[in-house]
Amino acid sequence: MNEALLDVRDLHVEFRTRDGVAKAVNGVSCTVEAGETLAVLGESGSGKSVTAQAVMGILDTPPGRITAGEVLFRGQDLLTMGEEHRRRLRGDRLAMIFQDALSALNPVLTVGAQLAEMFEVHQGMTRRDARTRAVQLMERVRIPAAEERVGDFPHQFSGGMRQRIMIAMAMALEPDLIIADEPTTALDVTVQAQVMDLLAELQREFNMGLVLITHDLGVVADVADKIAVMYAGRIVETAPVRALYAAPAHPYTRGLLDSVPRLDRKGRPLHAIKGLPPSLTDIPPGCPFNPRCPRARDVCHTDRPPLYTVGPERTSACHFWQETLEDRDDAGARR
Amino acid sequence: MGRYVVRRLLQMIPVFAGSTFLIFFMVYALGDPVAALFGDKAPDPAVAARIRQELYLDQPLWKQYLHYMGQVLTGDFGTAFTGQPVLELMADAFPVTIRLTIVAVLFEVVVGIALGVAGGLRRGRPADTTVLMLTLVVVSVPTFVSGYVLQYLFGVRWGLVPPTVPPEAAFAQLLLPGVVLGLVSLAYVTRLTRTSLVENARADYIRTAVAKGLPRHRVVLRHLLRNSLIPVVTFIGADVGALMGGAIVTERIFNIHGVGYQLYQGILRQNSPTVVGFVTVLVLVFLVANLVVDLLYAVLDPRIRHA
Amino acid sequence: MPEPTDRIPPEARDAVGSAAGGAAGLATREAESLEGGPVPGTARSAKARSLWTDAWHDLRRNPVFVLSALVIVFLLLIAVWPSLVAGGNPLQCDLAKSQEGPQAGHPFGFDAQGCDVFTRTVHGARASITVGVCATAGAALLGSVLGGLAGYYGGWWDAVLSRLADVFFGIPIILGGLVFLSVVTGRSVWPVVGFIVLLGWPQISRIARGAVVAAKQHDYVQAARALGAGDARLLLRHIAPNAVAPVIVVATIALGTYIALEATLSFIGVGLRPPTVSWGIDISNASTQIRNAPHMLLWPAGALSLTVLAFIMLGDAVRDALDPKLR
Repeated sequence: MNEALLDVRDLHVEFRTRDGVAKAVNGVSCTVEAGETLAVLGESGSGKSVTAQAVMGILDTPPGRITAGEVLFRGQDLLTMGEEHRRRLRGDRLAMIFQDALSALNPVLTVGAQLAEMFEVHQGMTRRDARTRAVQLMERVRIPAAEERVGDFPHQFSGGMRQRIMIAMAMALEPDLIIADEPTTALDVTVQAQVMDLLAELQREFNMGLVLITHDLGVVADVADKIAVMYAGRIVETAPVRALYAAPAHPYTRGLLDSVPRLDRKGRPLHAIKGLPPSLTDIPPGCPFNPRCPRARDVCHTDRPPLYTVGPERTSACHFWQETLEDRDDAGARR
Repeated sequence: MGRYVVRRLLQMIPVFAGSTFLIFFMVYALGDPVAALFGDKAPDPAVAARIRQELYLDQPLWKQYLHYMGQVLTGDFGTAFTGQPVLELMADAFPVTIRLTIVAVLFEVVVGIALGVAGGLRRGRPADTTVLMLTLVVVSVPTFVSGYVLQYLFGVRWGLVPPTVPPEAAFAQLLLPGVVLGLVSLAYVTRLTRTSLVENARADYIRTAVAKGLPRHRVVLRHLLRNSLIPVVTFIGADVGALMGGAIVTERIFNIHGVGYQLYQGILRQNSPTVVGFVTVLVLVFLVANLVVDLLYAVLDPRIRHA
Repeated sequence: MPEPTDRIPPEARDAVGSAAGGAAGLATREAESLEGGPVPGTARSAKARSLWTDAWHDLRRNPVFVLSALVIVFLLLIAVWPSLVAGGNPLQCDLAKSQEGPQAGHPFGFDAQGCDVFTRTVHGARASITVGVCATAGAALLGSVLGGLAGYYGGWWDAVLSRLADVFFGIPIILGGLVFLSVVTGRSVWPVVGFIVLLGWPQISRIARGAVVAAKQHDYVQAARALGAGDARLLLRHIAPNAVAPVIVVATIALGTYIALEATLSFIGVGLRPPTVSWGIDISNASTQIRNAPHMLLWPAGALSLTVLAFIMLGDAVRDALDPKLR
């Protein structure tokens, strides 16, 4: 088999906090190919952002610590390579888009300077040439009057325009992989779609791998090829996007789908997942989802489920994946 | 920007009037300058009345104040009771104090920012903790104590510098007094730099800068320091005014014939025109320094400039 | 189409917070857990109470806090009962012993007038602590009331008060002391206290104003107002408890600096005057003899610096405990 663009293997991350050691990521494995979009879905605290930061190498250490795992990028382990080597890859071959562009852009530097910086640092371009490239980038992400606005500061742009600048910055050096951490969450709904379309368009153009971290099931359905659902620092289900929507193989995924209003289920009651996610300092034994799971049985309290292969390119970390899978649509009505 | 400057200037006028009137009130209404002229002798009532009239002192206080301010605006600060124009005293005293302040500010900027950066980049490590504790100790030792201690050690015990400053007060002779004057501010600059650095280090845009693959020195210099020094620069600006006003203690210790010395003499002899004149100028310096700081803030932080 | 909220089953409304529905809440909670703060699922009690409980939990284990608190308790004790530690009379001096060094029963030696330096140093605490505590209490009370009202009501009253604070702020403090105290007759601690309150309140009032303006924005204050709470109730029950923390921190640190200020004013000769026993006066007297008898300077200067340090460290520790992210 060809080596994947990104291959994360058994990643573990801990945080030392006031209340003890929080196990934020507990053995995450996933792959992304060139041109492919992987959506990582989960509630806050499920470890999706921490995983992204560990891959990018921008985790705050301390309090964070990567305790085990490999992050292979084109076959090279990012975690063991020298910091200088890794720095050269960052921004150049793998880039990141943050959620809140207002705080993620430096408030006292012009957007032009922040864009041009990519070319100056990674390609040794002169300031003048880099500025020209910055204007081109701004035009590419369809910022009106780019030539005049290149000298403006981040706070002078609207939210949507700012996020376009973030995208431009990530795309600047045509990286192989982009990690987008909730790229549209901070935006108005009408702007969300435009920004998402732009991202998808650029991804196709440069044939990039895209990791899309989100909790928005609607965004996922439109652009993702496959989905990884995270819970309490673990991946609990992976599946091609259509298969997952049609029939989830994990009760948690089922719960997520049932708690969101959908046009094709109009008129049916919404169902919430009971309870709260576990504290990461005190993850319950067995399946971490068992206290909230409608299907939980004795074995769920004692044995941690492995990732079962449940179909072509599908895995699920549920002892009862089969009945979950077969349950299909009428499950909600019984609960 | 232009409107901002004008607005701040207009705001300054009532504050300047209020502060100087307060000083004027204390000196002329609470004290009795004419009685002071005669020292311990009881003044002849007729002579006293004549002097009061000459000096405009028989008018209501607000009229005296307006009269005084009118003269000040034409550059006339009146005449000291010794017969010397106050402006002449200022011409002698201010250059000395300005030199002293320059030494103090340079000292606190260079050493303070260096220490603050050194601590802030090593947050929580022994170097950082040591710097933090040292600054607390420095803040706690009042200037007149540290002044005497350093004067005793450097000037008397080790004989490295002359213990007192000769009247010409050249820059080289003001090194030790400058350090003494700037010491407490140095501690504040260090702490402020450190706190600001630590706060900004966890800002999202620093994370972005790292994710862009910038080398560490570029992240620190261009992104972290550029943002962190904004409050430090503004503190130092405001401190210039405070240092000139507070130089009186240092000048007394090292016998420097600057503004503080003249003021002190003026107060001892109840020489009201000297006192009011000097304090008026110092208040003005203080207010202008704060105004410059506000404008500087707007220059350094585009978010304020465009607000 | 979405149903009116009251017809959605309670279970489903829960989903907004717990499952995938709650967009905004999710994002901020994740940010918190990344900073090593509360992890989702950890129970958090009412905001103001847990702030103080957490702070107290931290403070008890902070050696800097414990040490400075012990020093302050000791200082308060000798300020009230100086004879507990030093039985002698600070004003009873023997010129024959002028500038003598340490000897049995007189561990710190004698000053130029032949007074026992140890006794004078112990008795000097009273003046410093009195000025510090009274001036801080006055400035904090005046400042937080004026600043709090300005912040709460805003508008015209706020503008006038802010300019007034600027006027007092515009006078460099030692200069102001020199001018003001040189014309005031009577040499008790009260003119000094009065002067420090006069020039000190704007600092507290700015802090209090800012804190009240910030607290006023909080949703629970808006909610209480919407439920018909009156001004007095809002200010006292909802805003004051949240605005009081920064005022306490600034006031504690200010207490230290006020003590230093009193000593500085006494040193210049416009603060306290003999026969009041004050560290500032003793340091001023000692300074003329520094070449012959440095020990005369050492003890009152050390006591003064230690006192100021204790209050500043206490304030610093409290601030760190209330605002742990700055550590």
